[in-house]
Amino acid sequence: MDAVTFRGVSRHFGPVKAVDEVDLAIRDGEFFAMLGPSGSGKTTCLRLVAGFEQPTAGHIEIFGERAEGVPPYLRNVNTVFQSYALFPHMNVLDNVGFGLRVRGVGRAERHRAAREALELVELGGYGDRRAGELSGGQRQRVALARALVNKPRVLLLDEPLGALDLKLREQMQEELRTLQRSLGLTFVFVTHDQDEALSMADRVAVFAEGRVQQIGTPEEIYRRPASRFVADFVGSSNVIPADVAGVGPAGQWASLRPEDIVLDPAGRPATVTARAFHGRYTRLALDLDGQPLTALVPPHAEAPEPGTTARVSWDAARAHLLGAA
Amino acid sequence: MHSDACAPLALRLAAFGGLIFLLAPIALIFVYAFTTEETSYQWPPPGLTTKWLAVTVGRPDVWQALGLSLKVAAISTTIALVLGTLTAAAVSRSRFFGRETISLLVILPIALPGIITGISLRSAFSLLEIPFSTWTIVLGHATFCIVIVYNNAVARFRRTSGALIDAAMDLGADGLQTFTLVILPNIGTALLAGGMLAFALSFDEVIVTTFTAGQQTTLPIWMLEELVRPRQRPVTNVVAMAVVLVTFLPILAAYYLTRDGEHTAGAEK
Amino acid sequence: MTQAAPLSATARDPAPAIFAPRGGLLPRLVDWILRHPRVFVFLMVLPITLWLGLVYVGSLIALLIQSFFSIDEFSGLVVREFTLKTYGELLRPYNFDIILRTVLMAASVTVASAILAFPIAYFAARYARGRWKAVFYLGIMLPLWSSYLVKVYAWKLVLAKEGILTWLFAKLHLTWLLEAVLAVPVIGGNSLSVSYLGTFIVFTYIWLPYMILPVQASLERVPATLTEAAADLGATPRQNFRLVILPLALPGVVAGSIFTFSLTLGDYIIPQIIGSSRLFIGQAVYTQQGTAGNIPLAAAFTVVPIVIMGIYLWAARRMGAFDAL
Repeated sequence: MDAVTFRGVSRHFGPVKAVDEVDLAIRDGEFFAMLGPSGSGKTTCLRLVAGFEQPTAGHIEIFGERAEGVPPYLRNVNTVFQSYALFPHMNVLDNVGFGLRVRGVGRAERHRAAREALELVELGGYGDRRAGELSGGQRQRVALARALVNKPRVLLLDEPLGALDLKLREQMQEELRTLQRSLGLTFVFVTHDQDEALSMADRVAVFAEGRVQQIGTPEEIYRRPASRFVADFVGSSNVIPADVAGVGPAGQWASLRPEDIVLDPAGRPATVTARAFHGRYTRLALDLDGQPLTALVPPHAEAPEPGTTARVSWDAARAHLLGAA
Repeated sequence: MHSDACAPLALRLAAFGGLIFLLAPIALIFVYAFTTEETSYQWPPPGLTTKWLAVTVGRPDVWQALGLSLKVAAISTTIALVLGTLTAAAVSRSRFFGRETISLLVILPIALPGIITGISLRSAFSLLEIPFSTWTIVLGHATFCIVIVYNNAVARFRRTSGALIDAAMDLGADGLQTFTLVILPNIGTALLAGGMLAFALSFDEVIVTTFTAGQQTTLPIWMLEELVRPRQRPVTNVVAMAVVLVTFLPILAAYYLTRDGEHTAGAEK
Repeated sequence: MTQAAPLSATARDPAPAIFAPRGGLLPRLVDWILRHPRVFVFLMVLPITLWLGLVYVGSLIALLIQSFFSIDEFSGLVVREFTLKTYGELLRPYNFDIILRTVLMAASVTVASAILAFPIAYFAARYARGRWKAVFYLGIMLPLWSSYLVKVYAWKLVLAKEGILTWLFAKLHLTWLLEAVLAVPVIGGNSLSVSYLGTFIVFTYIWLPYMILPVQASLERVPATLTEAAADLGATPRQNFRLVILPLALPGVVAGSIFTFSLTLGDYIIPQIIGSSRLFIGQAVYTQQGTAGNIPLAAAFTVVPIVIMGIYLWAARRMGAFDAL
């Protein structure tokens, strides 16, 4: 059975179509990412699952049970908020135990469960601290423990890593993935960071303008983007005429990833218009008979100077023919 | 932080001079409460005595006036707490038609001179043939106390992140539990501070009260009568000192409450 | 409750995805209201609307209506017929002088408060730290919240002919100066406590904190980096003050002036206790409605400050002063 199902779900705010006729099926036990730029409707979708928003049209099911019209507190679904939303007037232990307290679990039992949850996120001795005394990463873990202690059927994460610095973020990405695997719990993860979505999720839904543009595994999304938008948003891409790419007739478009363009003495000549060294790779801006292209070449390759001519080629099988859009 | 830690001398002189101007007259009250002079405001006092403290304590009219003032302040503050909090919650939590009008309406009783509030209420009472009572005084006082509570509550609501309410609901708290376990503790100190200031304001109010009290005497009205026609200057001196002492405590408490709140109740971002 | 089971059992917990609604009439009612935002706002705003909108504004309107009635000069009874006669009476020299006198007093008190308040507010906002910050805060709050009548009384003590001020001037051998000031026509008088100058000093004293607080609030909102930026761009301290700080503090001054102006316009106690026996608007209202029994004229008098304050508030709103309150 699917964990969350959207059937023709819309959430309109007056004339604004925040979510517009979305169909989704999130499978039980998967790590599902909702990816899109801000204002694409991904966060509203998450809030629809949590119950903070109600759909203006369509149906939402959580494990086969009708969810529209059900208030947040009756849904066995918990959220890790972007700002963490830890209660400032409670210590960490009471924060984590809050969900059990409002469901009538006794003090001793909920303290035990809260401590166990804190152990799980490696914050064992932090129960007496106040939220204000914790670092960003620690708050994030407390927010996670506070949600997990209720044993939700689905865990929602709203850009949970957005406020962390790069190093911490990478560490947390790994930990979240491990945690999700070991608990076998359904995670729904909202992010605008395509790297994060691709590296963590089992499947990704790409959102734009309130609609789902494509759903698939990270591989599918990256290799076979369904539209020009997805090609552009998920990893930068060269969107070029299909005949130039060598995968179709003129008049259609194809996506070609910059790293798939290689320096090849037998390739086609292109003028180098700019060059930037990025450490892991070198980025080249090229002009191929008037068609601008971006290429990423290995750093150790001898990159041509701007103004000179480079010879490039690519495997046509790597280019992907885009849909009519 | 400022790199220029020390203020220019002229500024310091003006600032501290201003502070002395603000505080010195109040300090003077404490000296006059002990003067032996009975018929004039002579300075320096010819001698000091504590006998007027005892005389004042033995005066039933002072106690009666004090009792009425406390009663009115307590009722007005309670009404202001309820109305001010409800309004603050509505104004800061949602956008609705007439929101601007409501926030203007709340300021109106203190933006307009008190005498206007007083005379319009009085003429409304006489039009509707409502006899003067404690409740007519309360009606006037609550009207201008609301804004004090409202201001405090609105400020705190703004600093309390809306995500906290979402979080409480998400964790399984229903509306009532969210209110008692999350909202109330977060705005509690602000309400207490607002309530105390409203109490002090009501306790001290005289301009509106003269129009709504009829023949009743609150402590400020008692003071006013003494000011206009001084009959017992020494007793007035002692009452004035007592009033300063009584108002000082809530101010101090409100200060510590709101200051503390800034550290603990901020929205986390 | 099933929450007692250890966390690791979460994965295939048979807990429902949607919980059954809870019992209790009150929680259900609250939830119903919360789920209907319009009802929620309506209920929240209803009491204040009834109280202020109906009772308070209703009384104001009733008063306004009475100003269009007139009084029968023989019987002394109110004639309930629409007339502008009462407003005409305001223009009589005696009454018009009262209005002029009050407005002039309010204006000079406002200017004096602004000048006195600025250094205090500036120092408190930008230089006072730690203990001094608290001293300034309480030094402003204590006079603000101290009993109005006690403050007036204190000034009666200070300004009395036999009081501390006369004594102070004598000690400093400046009695001639005090006498010279009191000899000035119009503002002077027999002693400070029966002169316009005395009234002016007491008004300024009493309303000064109402000016300091908004000015201080607006100054505290000027980030230090702004003055640093101005200095960096070559502004001298004087220019910095005139071109950066003063314009940014102006909304605070305007907000404070709402109080000082309005409060002076409507006060009838200070000029009654300290000042010459000439009337101010507040006293005129008080005597007209009280001893004279001329409610229509009293009402017409109150319209004057309402109109002045209406214009004032409208102008202040345009200058953004409400944000500084």
